[in-house]
Amino acid sequence: MNRQSALWMLGVAAASAFSPAVLAEPDWRAEAVAMLKRDFQSKGQASVERIQEDSLQTICNTTNNNPPESIATPAMLEQAKTVKYPADGQLMGDWKSGEKIAQSGKGLTWTDEPGQPVGGNCYNCHQIAPKEISYGTLGATLFNYGKLRGGPSAEMQKYTYGKIYNAKAYNLCSLMPRFGHVGALNEQQIKDLVALLLDPESPVNK
Amino acid sequence: MTIRNQQRTVSCGMLAAFLIAMPLVALEAHAETPAVEKDAATLEFERFRAEMEDFGPSGLWEDKGEQLWKTPRGPKNASLEKCDLGLGPGVVKGAYVQMPRYFADVDKVMDAERRIVWCMVNFQGFKEEDLAKQPFAKEGQETPEQTSLVTYVAAQSRDMKIAVPQKHPKEIAAYKIGKEISLYRAGPYDFSCAVCHGADGKRIRMQALPNIATPEGALNTFQGWPGYRMTGGVMLTQQWRMNDCFRQERFPHPKYLSDTITALLTYLTANANGQVYKGPGIKR
Repeated sequence: MNRQSALWMLGVAAASAFSPAVLAEPDWRAEAVAMLKRDFQSKGQASVERIQEDSLQTICNTTNNNPPESIATPAMLEQAKTVKYPADGQLMGDWKSGEKIAQSGKGLTWTDEPGQPVGGNCYNCHQIAPKEISYGTLGATLFNYGKLRGGPSAEMQKYTYGKIYNAKAYNLCSLMPRFGHVGALNEQQIKDLVALLLDPESPVNK
Repeated sequence: MTIRNQQRTVSCGMLAAFLIAMPLVALEAHAETPAVEKDAATLEFERFRAEMEDFGPSGLWEDKGEQLWKTPRGPKNASLEKCDLGLGPGVVKGAYVQMPRYFADVDKVMDAERRIVWCMVNFQGFKEEDLAKQPFAKEGQETPEQTSLVTYVAAQSRDMKIAVPQKHPKEIAAYKIGKEISLYRAGPYDFSCAVCHGADGKRIRMQALPNIATPEGALNTFQGWPGYRMTGGVMLTQQWRMNDCFRQERFPHPKYLSDTITALLTYLTANANGQVYKGPGIKR
């Protein structure tokens, strides 16, 4: 430490000691995190470790979900590296199975049986096939998703697969879960959802 | 039987009729496709709820809670009439809309249910671990006593303004920490309260999501609780509502009557300050 920075630190320490304004505001986030760690316990498959943030969650939690580009860009690249594309190169499965997965909100709560298939929760937040009118609005509408994007091009399949696998690779603090990254949805399920969105035969694109 | 009770009997009939009619309405709306039809069902529910809440099923638990409050019970054979809910020993009128608040005797902020359980332990000699075993009503099982007590206490604040105190440093701390907790994203799905309840006019499926940071949205988290929930036909409190939100967030399980829940309820309820509480209600 050089002399200048030592003096600066002394100055900060003095200001903290004498200025009530600096002392007054506790670190509420730190207190909240400590409280959460005291108050939660494991139940079923929802183990207490889930209270612990991972590095991405810390970034979003400490920047009001709006990190500066200097942080967001490298962090998104990190997330992109987590996406595992199918070894067989096939990214589109069966849209009919995809519709069932999109309908289901099951999985990962303390009341869900571990090992049972997890749902995609898609309709909770998105409009998808027109027949289903009970859809949420937290996410964008996905009706006509493939039609509006020029059909199931290789590029669009890759983007769609990646987005479902890890939405944070495209928008760091997206509200959407990282379904593939956290192991909620498996490769086949994601393929089926890609088909629901992109297959010209899917009701989404009719 | 009082007039109120007669109305209740009538309303139970209405409730049954509605429960039978409800799936038909939903099915029709489903078959005919346009979203407006389903919205009409939602509007119909709102109208039904407004009518029902004037003399709704929660009255049964209000009465039960009143008996539990006034009858000497427990190992100490005492009533709860010495219980101080913040306005003096035994004062129930207006107490519910002024909690969570700081209680000097425990040097803590407590929400209504936590305080009532504390009184049951302190004055009547019940054991907290017993009361925590099955704290929320389940279909086909008896309603926990504290739920009836909360319903009684809440009913004594009907049509009163929400006025959660923010004077004591611990009350202010509870609010600030509660706000941070509402924003804290964690778990496998990166969810927080605010992920779903952080913007206006959003919904999950057909369920509207109040924005808890706004006075109108915060009121939604308070209004109608404790509430008779038509799913399962049970009476439930805000403690249950917070618990089940964390379940859906894929979080681990919050301990019953924890500081976390009190802090969250302080944040939510204080955000609704100044608005009128309509008393125990009905929830879907």
